[in-house]
Amino acid sequence: MIWEIIYIFLGIGIVFNLLASIGLMRFPDVYTRLHAGTKCTTFGSIFVCLAVIIYGLWKWYDGNKEMISLAIHSFFALIAILLTNPTGAHAIARAAYRSGVKPVNAVVDDLEGKK
Amino acid sequence: MFAFIATTIFCFILWLLFTFNGDIWGIDEIIAGIILSLIAGVASAKIFIKDYKLANPVRWLFILAYLPRFFYEMAKANFDVAYRVITGKIKPGIVKISPNLKSDISITILANSITLTPGTLSVDVDDEKNLYVHWINVKDEALRKMPRDYKSVCSTFPDWARRIGE
Repeated sequence: MIWEIIYIFLGIGIVFNLLASIGLMRFPDVYTRLHAGTKCTTFGSIFVCLAVIIYGLWKWYDGNKEMISLAIHSFFALIAILLTNPTGAHAIARAAYRSGVKPVNAVVDDLEGKK
Repeated sequence: MFAFIATTIFCFILWLLFTFNGDIWGIDEIIAGIILSLIAGVASAKIFIKDYKLANPVRWLFILAYLPRFFYEMAKANFDVAYRVITGKIKPGIVKISPNLKSDISITILANSITLTPGTLSVDVDDEKNLYVHWINVKDEALRKMPRDYKSVCSTFPDWARRIGE
């Protein structure tokens, strides 16, 4: 039963990370690529981390005491991903705009001329 | 002084969690942890605690109440992006929204939430704390009036950010 849950979580995580990589190839400019590169990788990594946490807690419950550190470390990795991934994307988008990259096919650009 | 003590205790708890391996900690680990947390506390107290807004437990309850809604929106965002990855239907644009938030904490929470939720990515913030948001699928009704309605961009996230961080 627990193995099945772990496999399902790993599968969901890998599917979303795969979609993120396809999005990186398909989208036309840096902003839309960042859309794929932040949302999908964060969501996918959350599920991969959850699978590792469940595995660690399960083995710890079975009597393998060291496995609790696996769960704790994955949990903090999860929090770090959640906090740093959007911040990094924000920094990249801002830097791209300031160095003159315009959004491709934009229907509206309120930031134009605001520098 | 209080900021230094709080930062040191926080670092020490993190150290204890990171070095926990199913057994009680050895005395050498604890001594090393205290020394390192003191160093970290001296170095980062001024950055870590700027004001005492987040010491209020009501704000933590609001954060806890916010999380389920945030994860729901995030799941929706992922299916939305997945749909756009597969079909390639995009209509991008950068829109300006004025959420009327003043503190740094709330604008950070709002910008991060916007980046992780449906079709939007925060690009820049100006001095009056207006956010510039890259929107992957601009809706027509948001384009008509100039002070844009933030409801169509990020639903009720500004209200949540105001409750947590103002």
